Amino acid sequence: MSARDRFDVIGKARRRVDGRAKVTGHTRFADDIVLPRMVHAKILRSPHPHARIISIDTSRAAAAPGVHLVLTGRDFPVTFGILPVSLDEYPLAPERVRYVGDPVAAVVARDEQTATGALDLIDVEYEVLPTIATPEEALARPDVRIHDYNDHGNIHRNQAFEFGDVDAALAASDHVFEDVFFFEGNTHLPIEQHAAVGAVDGEGKLTLWSSTQVPHYVQRQMARVLAVPDAHIRIIACPNGGGFGGKTDICNHEAVVLKAAQMLGRPVKICLNREEVFYLHRGRHPVLMKFRTGVANDGSITGMHLQTLLDGGAYGSYGAASTFYTGALQTVTYEIPRYKFEACRMFTNKPACGPKRGHGTPQPRFGQEIQLDKIAEKLHIDPAELRLKIVAKPDTLTANWMRIGTIGLAECIRQVVARSDWTAKHRKLPSGRGVGIACGAYMCGAGLPIYWNRMPHSGVQLLLDRSGQVTVFCGATEIGQGSDDVLAGIVAEVLGIDPYDVRCVTGDTGLTPIDLGSYSSRVTVMMGNAAIQAGERVKAQLAAAVAAELDSIPGRIVFAKGRAFVADDPNKSLSFREAVVAAEVKFGTIGAVGSYSPPKPPARYKGGGVGPSPAYSYTACVVEVDVDAATGWIHVPKIWIAHDIGRALNPVLARGQVEGSVYMGLGEALMEEQVFRRLPPKLSHALVHKMPSMLEYKSPTSLDMPEIDTILVEDPDPNCPFGAKEVGQGPLLPVMPALANAIWDAVGVRIDELPITPEKVLRALALKAEGKTPRVGPASFPDVPYPDPMIVPPPWEGGDGNAVDAPPRRTARPKEPATP
Amino acid sequence: MDDTGSKVGMQRNVQMVLRVNGEDCDVSFAPYKTLLEVLREDLDLTGTKHGCELGECGACAVQVDGAPVLSCLVLAVECEGAEIETVEGLARGATLHPLQAAFADLGGAQCGYCTPGILMTAKALLDAEPDPSRERIREAISGNLCRCTGYQQICESIEAAACEMRAEGSDAKVNSRGKA
Repeated sequence: MSARDRFDVIGKARRRVDGRAKVTGHTRFADDIVLPRMVHAKILRSPHPHARIISIDTSRAAAAPGVHLVLTGRDFPVTFGILPVSLDEYPLAPERVRYVGDPVAAVVARDEQTATGALDLIDVEYEVLPTIATPEEALARPDVRIHDYNDHGNIHRNQAFEFGDVDAALAASDHVFEDVFFFEGNTHLPIEQHAAVGAVDGEGKLTLWSSTQVPHYVQRQMARVLAVPDAHIRIIACPNGGGFGGKTDICNHEAVVLKAAQMLGRPVKICLNREEVFYLHRGRHPVLMKFRTGVANDGSITGMHLQTLLDGGAYGSYGAASTFYTGALQTVTYEIPRYKFEACRMFTNKPACGPKRGHGTPQPRFGQEIQLDKIAEKLHIDPAELRLKIVAKPDTLTANWMRIGTIGLAECIRQVVARSDWTAKHRKLPSGRGVGIACGAYMCGAGLPIYWNRMPHSGVQLLLDRSGQVTVFCGATEIGQGSDDVLAGIVAEVLGIDPYDVRCVTGDTGLTPIDLGSYSSRVTVMMGNAAIQAGERVKAQLAAAVAAELDSIPGRIVFAKGRAFVADDPNKSLSFREAVVAAEVKFGTIGAVGSYSPPKPPARYKGGGVGPSPAYSYTACVVEVDVDAATGWIHVPKIWIAHDIGRALNPVLARGQVEGSVYMGLGEALMEEQVFRRLPPKLSHALVHKMPSMLEYKSPTSLDMPEIDTILVEDPDPNCPFGAKEVGQGPLLPVMPALANAIWDAVGVRIDELPITPEKVLRALALKAEGKTPRVGPASFPDVPYPDPMIVPPPWEGGDGNAVDAPPRRTARPKEPATP
Repeated sequence: MDDTGSKVGMQRNVQMVLRVNGEDCDVSFAPYKTLLEVLREDLDLTGTKHGCELGECGACAVQVDGAPVLSCLVLAVECEGAEIETVEGLARGATLHPLQAAFADLGGAQCGYCTPGILMTAKALLDAEPDPSRERIREAISGNLCRCTGYQQICESIEAAACEMRAEGSDAKVNSRGKA
């Protein structure tokens, strides 16, 4: 972290380094790759939500003209999975299918048309099994098991933690609020459909180009599935045409094309169609949640008990982490002295859920922020004032042992209150119009990697030569968020050159140092810190050489504007190119590496590894709504949002991330839902996706978007590169609850579930007219068999971060999974 | 040649000249192919994208005779004799079209995947209406889905480009008058 506060590149609004390629059609996405002798793959998918495969006959398909290869589950004996605790997927199902869309077989043919046609020639005999459609059904039918590796029935993960005696805290509270909320699942809907190309190089090694956010993890899992050494597999993450978490999992089709390429010795491409992207999913978990919150008369929270029930879909995916995330970050926003958190993820016969922007945290944030609105109402405290009163303090530990560093939330609240004219509007607008406020927090990268190891989370390498050329290598993946621009911008700032003179080579496991991937808002902080380290190391070499040339000392050499100056004698200088030449003469080839690992988390209990982060970002949001009481139609004229970003590296991109988050949040609030229906009994009665098309899966268009007033609150965080926190995910979180709270202000009804559709508003208005509780939302929370909680005293109750009812964890040694 | 009997009729390629970005391209393709497929697969113009191939997302928009058209819903054989313009034809040599420059500078492109379709749609708008209101811009691009930006920086980019193009237009008039 540089102590400087004046920069040449950082903080300046400028064209992103990859901007030109994106507007000229040069950016090469995975489906743009065409290779000589390339053939095309298509996947046959299960028409049944749950069935046993009795037999597969591929002979007719294999004999069809133009077909090169047919693959089935027999070709893939080894499972994969993104998390080591749930390696539960096969590239092609060998004997069991678990959702409509589960891959069963693949055809590789001369073109897509031929491959698609040959899918019809594969004869599969199924024995249909009972379908589990909902988490409640999954609990009620432990006899119908979707998987057999989990401990009990269809419970995938089941967790309970208690940080201080919450029941005692609630019993001693002036008020206890109990609320149940439901957040419907929704999907990422990146405009780019997933594509991948597998190929064999001249040495017989494998290369996979893919629309993936996590090339390093794909490399590990492809090695596992294909039984090939990791070092013989190169994954190239093409720039993603949108990710949002939808390209962070290992995909069946990636294994299929790589295996096919290996078998055929020629390149094999696949591009999923839109319907298949809905089946691949890995999107937002539907979550039912119950909050019991104790509150003192002054509004301060005395304790919170949160229960969540996740509908996980058919596979593990990131679900073990998602389960923790429905509670791990509830404590970093407001002061919550005691906290109990129980979470359970169920398997159901639907596409697997996983991480979508905010990963597991938007659901409980939705509940908590609406409940705070209800608390404020009851206690006659302004909801903005209430939040200001209870905002968490900087440099503290939370009840569940998360370490908060900087927190700019109070300033964010003050900014949106002032800019939206909140005080003049809240409770004062005419009926039908209203404003709502909500806040949120998100992490800047996960504190622990997905698989246990003690190596860096991000590595950056710099290579300079006598031409003055600077090339930076990093495994980070450009998914539109601007990671290449962050990388080039940081290197350019450190070396005093123009970011457009830095060449970025990223997301290629064959060339670049490992970065764990574009997820959990980790790239700016982790890659950025590694880039600063690499840059400073190179700069030290350059400075030594320049000092020798200019009769000065290295500590006096300053790099700026493409030159190296002697600080107290600016007439003495070399061009950057001359500086590199001098260094190459003095030291030989010039380069350096940098790495970054997050600080050790204070939590020592098992499960405390999910939630810690080098820093947390904070957001406050005010939404104004206009509700038509006759139709229930919700119009949003304007949204004000303030985000604690630490420092905006490139304000154009930072603003774009905030507004994109607002957009996606508004879509989740008003219309987006990944939902399912039963086919009529005379068909198959199968549980199918209700609307696997972009036309039917509603998302906001340009006409639906309100004006957004974006405020970037800059208070540099010492753990972050130039103080910069994340901005890609956090700003989504407050949008949904702020909208729900605005509807309460506008028409006096509570919609405690998402999405908030006109139909639900009308239903609530009708209840209000009948004198009933004007609320639409889940009526109750089921009886979930949570385990006994792990007891972890909060820091102020004498804890040391360990559970008291469990033996302290020994420091585990990094373990590599056995080679299959 | 393929000789699988009755399928031959469907499989036999058509040959025609398509006029793309001002160039006459002699191209041979299967008659069922959409303009999108012929542009991407037979003319190597991969700048045009696809997000659904059902006319739902707008990523594949190109201009046909000046109008924005979803290339996934048009058969290439219908386009003989038409002027087809794609994102590859927007820049003049090394000089970006004002729309391209504005999108690159002002955050109009994040992942860049919907960008070619939106650029072509916006160009059709600005060619017809040099000074559109924000509302007109929002209407014009309402068939182009973007999941990254929230559309605000896209609208701002189009407005900035329109402003630039009007200035260029009046400069050009001044210049030509000056010369006259």
